[in-house]
Amino acid sequence: MSVYEVLQVIIPSAIFFAAPLIFTALGGVFSERSGVVNIGLEGLMIIGAFVSIVFNLTFADTFGALTPWLALLAAMIVGTIFSLLHAVASISFRADQVVSGVAINFLALGLSLFLVKKMYGKGQTNQIQIGFDKIDVPILSDIPVIGPLFFSNTYVPSYLAIILAFVAWYVIYKTPFGLRLRAVGEHPMAADTMGINVTKMRYIAVMISGALGGIGGAVYATIISRDFSHATISGHGFMALAAMIFGKWHPIGAMGAALFFGLAQSLSIVGKTIPFLKNVPTVYLLIAPYVLTILALAGFIGRAEAPKASGIPYIKGKR
Amino acid sequence: MKKRFGFALSLMLATGMLLSACGGQGGDNAGGKDTFSVAMVTDVGGIDDKSFNQSAWEGLQKFGKDNGMKKGRGGYDYLQSSSDADYATNLNKLVRSDFDVIYGIGYLMGDAVKEVAEQNPKKHFAIVDTVVDEPNVASITFKEHEGSFLVGVVAGLTTKTNKIGFIGGMEIPLIEKFESGFRAGVKAVNPNAKVEVQYAGAFDQADKGKAIASSMYASGIDVIYHAAGGTGNGVFSEAKDLKKKDPNREIWVIGVDKDQAPEGVVKVDGKTYNVTLTSMVKRVDVAVYDVAKRSKEGDFPGGKTLEYGLPENGVGIAPTQDNIKPEVLKAVDEWKQKIIKGEVKVPMTRKEYKQFEASLK
Repeated sequence: MSVYEVLQVIIPSAIFFAAPLIFTALGGVFSERSGVVNIGLEGLMIIGAFVSIVFNLTFADTFGALTPWLALLAAMIVGTIFSLLHAVASISFRADQVVSGVAINFLALGLSLFLVKKMYGKGQTNQIQIGFDKIDVPILSDIPVIGPLFFSNTYVPSYLAIILAFVAWYVIYKTPFGLRLRAVGEHPMAADTMGINVTKMRYIAVMISGALGGIGGAVYATIISRDFSHATISGHGFMALAAMIFGKWHPIGAMGAALFFGLAQSLSIVGKTIPFLKNVPTVYLLIAPYVLTILALAGFIGRAEAPKASGIPYIKGKR
Repeated sequence: MKKRFGFALSLMLATGMLLSACGGQGGDNAGGKDTFSVAMVTDVGGIDDKSFNQSAWEGLQKFGKDNGMKKGRGGYDYLQSSSDADYATNLNKLVRSDFDVIYGIGYLMGDAVKEVAEQNPKKHFAIVDTVVDEPNVASITFKEHEGSFLVGVVAGLTTKTNKIGFIGGMEIPLIEKFESGFRAGVKAVNPNAKVEVQYAGAFDQADKGKAIASSMYASGIDVIYHAAGGTGNGVFSEAKDLKKKDPNREIWVIGVDKDQAPEGVVKVDGKTYNVTLTSMVKRVDVAVYDVAKRSKEGDFPGGKTLEYGLPENGVGIAPTQDNIKPEVLKAVDEWKQKIIKGEVKVPMTRKEYKQFEASLK
């Protein structure tokens, strides 16, 4: 295949792979920017995937083509509610946030598999019938060189993810809400003396991360695996976490990191057809994304500094 | 005072735990046993992974039903493992529950079964998909390469672009059997077809499967055979999405381990298509039933390696054959007979495949 054809395969592939990671990583950015470490992104993705598949299977006949979108909405709502567990534990009860996040991961996996067993009597659900279709963006896909690369054979949620990254950037850096969010994450005491309700901000931030994590999981399950089993979300939440840190807690950075992961993975897959890489043993291509990440982190990204108050429960009045 | 109390309490708890542990073992030996009972320990997929754990359980259930056994101790039962740390624990639990034959389902359980079998030389064990060299273990393996040969025949005769793909899970000898048999089947009926082979590196990464399938279909391949478990979901997903975009394009997926026709259903504008060409079924239920039956009749094949292939109906093409043309089915049947008669030796490894390829010229 020519270089152009190879790119035509790699880029859409990278984009659809990155979409769930972008959603979830953005959720992580909101949460950690406010000072609550959220390791439970994997659990939130699992819940999102579970809810969207169950919704899709149950209501596919009622809503027809609209079903996947409503499933995303349902996943968002349930993700928000589920993240409240983490919020209450970390903010109100001042538990260790990492432990709470890990608990969310266990709980989500166990609960969802148990419910699948209870509802369907099987270890995994059936495949959904109505998913997101591959589309060519109407006008943009006709642009001579870039069109077929970036705007053909892709899914709508992938573009939503990229647009959402810019929206998140705008919200966090250009609005009063975003400023307060960042203040709460850097120096909650100062924010508190200025009258910002630290607890409320953190709650909202964790709920946003729940919503976005749920959407991320739902997008993954609907587009890529089309059913829900114990193997559906296997490590993607942690990859999103890595993307967030790689992106230095910046929404655009997180998006870029997720796309980078997607690209590295696609490269490793298509590598076999590129004559240059054909004779490289498979194992090197498989570990390439991770090695590239380490190289990039060590060489190019520089220091990644978390928000200063991340991970520390805020006790009002404490010095 | 407090310290003394605390010390006394912990001493009591410790003694209590020790005593109850001793007592437990005694209790298990007390029950009398005169009925034949069988049980299995599943791999991490669980009994409804729509794949071979489910198949094994169905075999045990059928055996139980045919022999009037009840589910539970004294009849037939299963234990599910949620991680590989559970294998030995589950096996030991079944040993203590006095089952006559205990199955370990899956090649990953090989080490656990070997260890527990060595510790319990009087108990009978069976392992599916690998060989454990102990006198009290029956090793059940399948001739996946023969089944893969047959689906290779189907693929070779159905392809219109002469480009075929194979997606493997992990690059292990077991999956190489699938690969070698498949490539041999394709080459035997269609010398001009090229088979592109790629391994995803995992059995549970549907996104990798989707990306590889996307790459393969884009390069002109029109039939993909996957031996990749959960990763295969991504392959189906990609095939269905492409079909939805262009219903006139002929693309196919060949399933594995069970009849994956339900996975291939896709509706486009009211018409229903199915992208599943066929599947390579592995009749784990037949094998499990067979070993249970032989053990009950007193002929437990301990220390032996049983190979279930085409003659025993251990492997084969799926019963759903709507997408296969009649003349292709005929060819499959002819090759099946040739393999059973021994006229064709299906390669099991890449080295054997090269020799097979050379012999065709």
